[in-house]
Amino acid sequence: MREADLVILGAGPAGMAAARTAAEAGLAVVLLDEQPRAGGQIYRDVERAGESRAAILGADYLKGAELVRDLPHPNIRHLTGATAWQVEEGRRVAFTLDGEAELLEGRRLLIATGALERPMPIPGWTLPGVITAGAAQILLKQSGIVCEGAVLAGCGPLLYLVAAQMCRAGTPPLALVETQTFSDGLAALRHIGGALRGWRALAKGLGLLAELRRAGVRRYTAASELAVDGASRAQALRFTAGGRTHCIDCSTVLLHHGVVPNTQVARSIGVPHRWDDAQRAFLPERDLWGRAAGLETVFIAGDGGGIGGAGAAALSGRLAALAIACDLGRLSPGERDRAARPLQAALSRELAVRPFLDRAYPPFAGALLPGDDTLVCRCEEVTAGDIRRYASIGCLGPNQTKAFGRVGMGPCQGRYCGLTVTELLADANGRTQDETGYYRIRPPLKPVTLGELAALAASQSKETTE
Amino acid sequence: MKTASTFRELEPEGARVRVRFSGQDLMLREGGNLAAELLAAGVTPFRRTPVSGAPRAPFCMMGACFDCLVEIDGVTRQACMCEVGAGMEIAMPAAGRDGDA
Ligand SMILES: Cc1cc2nc3c(=O)[nH]c(=O)nc-3n(C[C@H](O)[C@H](O)[C@H](O)COP(=O)(O)OP(=O)(O)OC[C@H]3O[C@@H](n4cnc5c(N)ncnc54)[C@H](O)[C@@H]3O)c2cc1C
Ligand code: FES
Repeated sequence: MREADLVILGAGPAGMAAARTAAEAGLAVVLLDEQPRAGGQIYRDVERAGESRAAILGADYLKGAELVRDLPHPNIRHLTGATAWQVEEGRRVAFTLDGEAELLEGRRLLIATGALERPMPIPGWTLPGVITAGAAQILLKQSGIVCEGAVLAGCGPLLYLVAAQMCRAGTPPLALVETQTFSDGLAALRHIGGALRGWRALAKGLGLLAELRRAGVRRYTAASELAVDGASRAQALRFTAGGRTHCIDCSTVLLHHGVVPNTQVARSIGVPHRWDDAQRAFLPERDLWGRAAGLETVFIAGDGGGIGGAGAAALSGRLAALAIACDLGRLSPGERDRAARPLQAALSRELAVRPFLDRAYPPFAGALLPGDDTLVCRCEEVTAGDIRRYASIGCLGPNQTKAFGRVGMGPCQGRYCGLTVTELLADANGRTQDETGYYRIRPPLKPVTLGELAALAASQSKETTE
Repeated sequence: MKTASTFRELEPEGARVRVRFSGQDLMLREGGNLAAELLAAGVTPFRRTPVSGAPRAPFCMMGACFDCLVEIDGVTRQACMCEVGAGMEIAMPAAGRDGDA
């Protein structure tokens, strides 16, 4: 078994920044990520982006190169291609690397596993050719691949960014079908003070919109009744806007209506979670340093603890690393607090724009409570109507639904149906999301093969006989 | 199953290697992301669901949705988490098996 002072799950901005700060404080750090290269979702493959790709992706993407460049340090071991599938006792991590399972024990554990795109169940969302907007961006960042004949649907800043990047790459989307309404914009104005404090994000958004206008991308707003048509693959996006029904022929549909914390690891070790109405998702409970409620050795940083964006992720990673260095006697509480003060101020600046964004771009209502025929669980093909039927015969929480229809029991472990099932049950039963709860997450978090486990058993028995 | 792709490579240069997908030979960029390279080669679908046999292809590209599952040299894996290697034998996962081994 390998050992370390600090084990970090996830090499996105949160994990990378935490690793560097902890290493500089003298901690032995192991940073583990299932991707082949550091960067996380936002800075995916930033090291390998050539000049032309960099010009398409923009300056904010290139900021990540600095974090990646700072990663090499004698106190940091970065294990790439390492998928964590179980955490025990808040410190021991089982993971798979090169087809073999291994164990790693840290005195502290930092969960920095980031966000997922919010599931957007609309009719036809499981057809080939329907991908998330983030997936389109990953294709571009990692592989230099663009989607032709695409329509973007949903809402939020990432939708604009992806659309602008597609224009720069010479494949503008056929249309941008946005679900936010005029009254969402009005309601968001209440938070304009915060938005002005975070003016950089606002200015970037306005710049992207101007770019889309110049490129002549058609935009529809307040769209509803979205559906993807097609038999064996996506062929058109249908929707209603401005009192009319539209149908745009296309070969790819890119869906996005925000990101939500990826809470699989935290849930699997019993970190309590609370519903957050503004972010419309469950957030793990933790203190200002990121320490998980009730778990002394576990910290959570970055979007996995609540959506704040890449800048906030890096800052929260640094703060957690300072607290951990203090826990392990490398910093005095005074040194920790002194180093933390500017980071906390910067963090509150980064987060200032969030209430405005959350209110201006609420998730698409039609995908929070989809129609009866829409598939909710992609893996086991369970529909929203099925979930409502389970509710009508007394099913109160997501775990009970598993007994009825295997919902959430496929390989994705509820990552793309969990929130929808909670919302549907809460709505049908007239209870809150907190009362309704979420799936109990059990290891393995990712499928492990018998061959991979056999390697672990062999190495364990070797250790005990040695 | 192989059609004109709607996913276009901006930098198509680079070494290519032969892999087989469902009995068809494809030339993919060596070391590239397998799901991305299969999409660019026009492959769709990647698999059929065990429940209804519906066609599926990559959705998230970040290892979370499991819709890109394929069988590589007999082992079910997420194509979006693999890199292209010369001579890979890739098949659609057998019906009734969805990789949650
Ligand atoms: C697809 C996608 C695209 C995005 N694009 C942008 C963008 O262009 N601009 C922007 O401002 N924001 C973007 N966001 C939001 C952005 O991801 C976050 O604000 C930021 O990346 C959060 O950083 P993080 O360090 O918390 O997590 P991330 O950057 O998400 O990093 C988490 C890392 O954890 C790893 N991981 C997760 N689970 C495991 C496991 N079990 N085992 C091993 N490793 C694991 C992942 O591989 C990943 O590298 C995007 C989000 C998504 C989901
Ligand atoms: S595309 Fe979602 S797991 Fe590969």
